[in-house]
Amino acid sequence: MRDGPSRPKAVNIVIGGEAGQGLITVGDILTRTLVRAGYSVVVTQSYQSRIRGGHNTFTVRVGSEEILGPQEPIDILMALNMDTVHFHQHELSPQGTVLVDEKWGLEGNAIFAVPYEELGSQKFSGILALGVVGAMLGLEEERFSGALEQFLGKRGDQVLQENLASLKSGFSWMSSRSGPMHKLSPPRYAGTRLTLNGNDAIALGALAAGMKWCSFYPMTPATSIAETLAIHSQAMGIVVEQAEDEIAAINMALGASFAGAPAMVATSGGGFALMTEAVSLAGMIETPLVIVVAQRPGPSTGLPTRTEQSDLEFVLHSGHGEFPRAIFAPGSVEQCFHTTRQAFELAEALHGPVFVLTDQFLADSYRSVEPFDLEQLSPVRTCQVLSEDTPHQVYAITQSGISHRLIPGLSAQCVAAYSAERLAIADSDEHDEYGHLTEDLTIRKRMVDKRLSKMNEILARTIPPEVAGDEAADLMLLCWGSTRGAVWEAADTLRSQGLRVATMHLSQVWPIVPDTVLGHLQNAREVICIESNATGQMAKIIRRETGFHISKKILRYDGLPLTPEFVLRQIAEV
Amino acid sequence: MVTIEDYGTYETAWCPGCGNHSILQAVKKALVALDLQPSQVLLVSGIGQAAKAPHYLKANVFNGLHGRSLPVATAAKTVNRDLAVIVESGDGCTYGEGGNHLLAAIRRNVDVTVIVHNNQVYGLTKGQASPTSGEGFVTKAYPHGVFSSPFKAPLLAVAMRAGFVARGFSGRIDHLAQLIQEGVRQRGFSLVEVLQPCVSFNRVNTFSWYNQRCYELPLTHDPGDWENAIAIADQWGDRIPIGVIYRNNRPAFDENLVQLGEVALVSQEVRMDQLKKIMMSYY
Repeated sequence: MRDGPSRPKAVNIVIGGEAGQGLITVGDILTRTLVRAGYSVVVTQSYQSRIRGGHNTFTVRVGSEEILGPQEPIDILMALNMDTVHFHQHELSPQGTVLVDEKWGLEGNAIFAVPYEELGSQKFSGILALGVVGAMLGLEEERFSGALEQFLGKRGDQVLQENLASLKSGFSWMSSRSGPMHKLSPPRYAGTRLTLNGNDAIALGALAAGMKWCSFYPMTPATSIAETLAIHSQAMGIVVEQAEDEIAAINMALGASFAGAPAMVATSGGGFALMTEAVSLAGMIETPLVIVVAQRPGPSTGLPTRTEQSDLEFVLHSGHGEFPRAIFAPGSVEQCFHTTRQAFELAEALHGPVFVLTDQFLADSYRSVEPFDLEQLSPVRTCQVLSEDTPHQVYAITQSGISHRLIPGLSAQCVAAYSAERLAIADSDEHDEYGHLTEDLTIRKRMVDKRLSKMNEILARTIPPEVAGDEAADLMLLCWGSTRGAVWEAADTLRSQGLRVATMHLSQVWPIVPDTVLGHLQNAREVICIESNATGQMAKIIRRETGFHISKKILRYDGLPLTPEFVLRQIAEV
Repeated sequence: MVTIEDYGTYETAWCPGCGNHSILQAVKKALVALDLQPSQVLLVSGIGQAAKAPHYLKANVFNGLHGRSLPVATAAKTVNRDLAVIVESGDGCTYGEGGNHLLAAIRRNVDVTVIVHNNQVYGLTKGQASPTSGEGFVTKAYPHGVFSSPFKAPLLAVAMRAGFVARGFSGRIDHLAQLIQEGVRQRGFSLVEVLQPCVSFNRVNTFSWYNQRCYELPLTHDPGDWENAIAIADQWGDRIPIGVIYRNNRPAFDENLVQLGEVALVSQEVRMDQLKKIMMSYY
């Protein structure tokens, strides 16, 4: 009912079942097929049990217009078990269809029974259902069989043929019926589009930046970043190492970076908590480091497979002592790629820690993405050739606070102007310009000032907020990170109802540059801050940094991603 | 030719009579004997009196966090195999705070040499028990004596079939320098534990205590004999063996990584052509 004409026309398909029923395989093939056919998609993966027995869903929202966020009402519910019907029946849209197995004996308006037993082996019911749905969407069978071949090609001819037969069987059964249709309009995109989720894009962004070292300890939802990098490690000439713990992971990354390899760690809240001493070390020894924190609900182990944005303040304040840092918070899969690349560039420029803050929703959310123009991108260089008049101390005090790095063993190559004996020294103690520990308190103060003055360089490079919508708006919706799509679509709906609405999204959440934020906030009659946490962490940071108080907040912290519908319901209440 | 002068002479913050002075001397002698330039050497340390050692000679230095020198050394060596990477830290740093990293480094067989200054006491924080303190050792925090049994790192390392396991004594500088040299030459993980007196906080395990007990392993000792090495590594008390206890030829960590190649990873060009292929595999 809120799904007004302003929102892009889309079909929301939910595949539900138990872990092990092939749900993710079916979802992957469906998504890839739709993307290759030129459609826009937003995938939401909800896994692990919401009740006993384990109930997972793979949701694909697909449309011929550009889709930005998830949607609550379900148009097609592919129930691989009966529980799925019970859990989700009430979420159906008015035109919604529930695909069930005929033998379950279910009846009702939206129920659409498929005789899976007649159509093929029970083992392939997921693929049979995929064929049925493909026909419902009005797509050609070949599009699915192509994706299926790509997906199952490695598993041998026999398996592939059986799957293809099941797909065909489902397709032809549905095509011969006058049953419910959810026909898609002609596709949006003509060229090649990639099927990428947030974590894939972070991995590709790191590779494009010239990352050579990634160490990690497995933790959901960050693990797939390192696993993706590991698959490509030999082809790319990088090292990915599963460390004995997160403390080792981050100290390894600092060792690699110190030795001249652009380095990254990827973890989630609890793992990051173990890393914080070394974050401070990176600040002290002025060594570049990219830290990806994929958030999930805390405190402690929390909800391991759900989503939240509750580690913003933690990441911002992590590490003892005072040192500069920057934090990116990508709002789309494309931004995952670009901000990760920028994080490496900035870490190299500022000689210190830079964060990429993502979350489970974005990590697992597949989208249709235009291939990145890699020819335009050059990897970071750690080994700079320095001129003769560059101060030769590793921690030389300069106007910008930025000294030059020396890479152990490579000084002959990189600093040709100097003797081959130029040495790289890093010390976690306070140190002099050469890097050796000192208790001279005059030097101490100068070193603190040097390190903190690098903040000017960060400020000059900070990505300004993305502002869209009406000038002099009645309402400004402020968001950051993964919630961008949901907020953008909610704003479209409000505008279609006659409100003047603007939106602001921060893809870099630290530092806040007041000049780029404050004017927009002051121009709106009312501002609402929208976040996936319980305490309004961004609203607090905005107040501290700009003096602007945002009293109205929409906060979601039940572990589920923000949806346009959630935002609209809350706005109706505010 | 590298000379001992190339490694410089610095004023230290150590007590007169501390075993650290002799260990520093042995490290320099070994580096000279190995004919390594200071620019080819990376010394990694944690926190403690021993961890200050890298500041007292000329080399590349990473003096990081307490207990965390092994992860730093592992990665630095992997991305630049041309470096000789030596970890130098104390018993508390390496065996206490960093215990898990020691296990992992032995398992990986990472090609670094770890010199552990073992004085059986915490010096920097003034006299607390260390993982190697003897049972009954009295400290301010353990006024009734230490109850935990002392950690025998060489025994553990032999049991795990570490690449190279040796023990030295700061009172025998040339012998120790020889052990360090062999450790650095070993292609794989090398543990060189060095017994040393702490003149300020350990009144039990003094110079003469060690000097009376330490004996050099005879030439007949076969470091390839694992079962015998276990017995040797376990020996502690009236007689303490020093020398190369155990060694093997397991492949080093970096030898398993085909992507490392001839040129150090840090000097390799980024393979953007490969990246394009990888990106398009998501079509």
